[in-house]
Amino acid sequence: MTLRAASTFFYRRPYWYIALLLVPPLLWFGTVYLGSLFALLAQSFYAIDEFTAQVVREPTLATYKQLVTQPANVDIVLRTLFMAISVTVACAIIALPIATYMARYARGRMKALFYVGVMLPMWTSYLVKVYAWRLLLAKEGIIAWFLGKLGLMGLLDAALEAPGIGGPSLSSSYIGMFIVFVYMWLPFMILPMAAALERVPGSLLQASADLGARPAQTFRNVVLPLAVPGIAAGSVFTFSLTLGDYIIPSVVGAPGYFIGMMVYVQQGTAGNIPLAAAFSVVPIVLIFIYLSIAKRFGAFDAL
Amino acid sequence: MTSAIEFRDVSRVFGEVRAVDDVSFAIEPGEFFAMLGPSGSGKTSCLRLVAGFDSPDRGQVLLEGQDVSSVPPYERNVNTVFQDYALFPHMTVLENVAYGPRVRGVDASTRTQRAGEMLELVQLGAHGDRRPAQLSGGQRQRVALARALINQPKVLLLDEPLGALDLKLREEMQIELKSLQRRLGITFVYVTHDQGEALSMADRVAVFNRGKIEQLAAPRELYTRPRTAFVARFVGSANVADATLAQAINGLAQPFAIRAENIAVKAEAAAAPAGDIGASGIVVAVQYHGAASRWQVQLDAGEVWSALIDESRAQNGLAVGTRVRLSWPRDAAVTLSVS
Repeated sequence: MTLRAASTFFYRRPYWYIALLLVPPLLWFGTVYLGSLFALLAQSFYAIDEFTAQVVREPTLATYKQLVTQPANVDIVLRTLFMAISVTVACAIIALPIATYMARYARGRMKALFYVGVMLPMWTSYLVKVYAWRLLLAKEGIIAWFLGKLGLMGLLDAALEAPGIGGPSLSSSYIGMFIVFVYMWLPFMILPMAAALERVPGSLLQASADLGARPAQTFRNVVLPLAVPGIAAGSVFTFSLTLGDYIIPSVVGAPGYFIGMMVYVQQGTAGNIPLAAAFSVVPIVLIFIYLSIAKRFGAFDAL
Repeated sequence: MTSAIEFRDVSRVFGEVRAVDDVSFAIEPGEFFAMLGPSGSGKTSCLRLVAGFDSPDRGQVLLEGQDVSSVPPYERNVNTVFQDYALFPHMTVLENVAYGPRVRGVDASTRTQRAGEMLELVQLGAHGDRRPAQLSGGQRQRVALARALINQPKVLLLDEPLGALDLKLREEMQIELKSLQRRLGITFVYVTHDQGEALSMADRVAVFNRGKIEQLAAPRELYTRPRTAFVARFVGSANVADATLAQAINGLAQPFAIRAENIAVKAEAAAAPAGDIGASGIVVAVQYHGAASRWQVQLDAGEVWSALIDESRAQNGLAVGTRVRLSWPRDAAVTLSVS
């Protein structure tokens, strides 16, 4: 069959053409990605025999029972969840003015500069950035030194004495871990937010002002509701990335375990694949809950 | 009486472009005022200066005698119907209309009631709980109108409001807008590039070109007595003779315009009526329009002029390519100022 005949064939039969486009990626996605994900999830319904340390391949909820009844495990889930929520809220607050500037005010070179600036950290190795932050946050690090020069050491000490989130230094406290998380995931919040704000026609803001809305009212009634799908998309990134990460909690911060570390430890050294699988179900469930709450509050109405 | 709107020596410059170039005019209360011109002529820039989305680089913009040059839009008693309607997509039709009272602190039950009344006024009372995306173009247009009128502005600004509608709907809306304006008695400022729209609706029309007003007059005067070549061409596409062509036709180097409907086309050999003047040329195209035909004739001097010939006066045997004589009564020619 010649190229011309093939072209005619696919032009006249759009469904064949769509099939041609979709079958290879769907095969990949269906088998390699979803397949392995479901294999993992299936593992969570097995349990480990405590004497032989072998996986018993019989469906049981014992592993989940272990997950939700052992206080240490519940602590890990709550600690991770609390961190993910804090990081998401902080990213949203920091990203909103930056994204607003990028989408509504920046033009030409300035706009390009901001987009490159936001994406530039993503071109650097993740590990390099995490270890760099550990040095920055260390007791003798540049941040402590700089605060000392400004005479604000007392402020840092007071923050580090805060119960639960403090520690001997920034690099070994939850505050430090929070700072690194926010830094790492900020681009994932800024970019979808800026994309959502770019799509808001300028005439809507003019119409709002024209009808008597002061800038703060326009922001609350028009800009924010229309940015919400972008905020929702960005927060799914920051939320799920924090829930699943295991490198940042193991390099920076207090010794308490996070979900990602638990998955790593359980399937590696501890050899408890079912518990690791159960732990990796937790972020998926939490994100589903998060999305249904967001939907109920109308986050996707403007889509 | 204080003017509803007054521009005093207003200029607005964007980089190299003089969007509004030293413009002065006044609009009377209750007037239907049209700003007519091609895109980039400065008419929309003037509208933005009235609405408050922009402020002048020089000069003053006055609303009811008050200089508002630095007053933000949310403190002006002026409302706008936008070209793209600018309806809030995340609100229902009723919420859109109630937005003005809402941001001005009117309580929920009062503003809902008033928004309902405004929707009745534009015959959309049954559509209050729909989203803008569920409405047709004409319906969106009415919602935008109701939303702009609910604050009872002294002046309503309309930025090419009918541009996105099809021809039949546009004609209906023209009649409706005009009668609405008469009923409410408020000042309408209507920006358009469509001369037919401006002539049929407005009390007075300002013709904009390159940031300046070429002529400000009532529609009939604008059409019958255009002052410049630009106005003659833009309003009703008249034929324009520049100084050189005028010299060749009637021996006076004074530019003039002649409407297509005032020109007669005859075979070149036929005798011209006494007192008529004219020019010769070759027919290059004939467009049939039903009641009349438009003849495109290339004059010997090079210009292509058009003549609108009633079907009742149609002449046989003058096909494309034949030589013809155009003629018109001497008093039908309108003398133009040299701009």
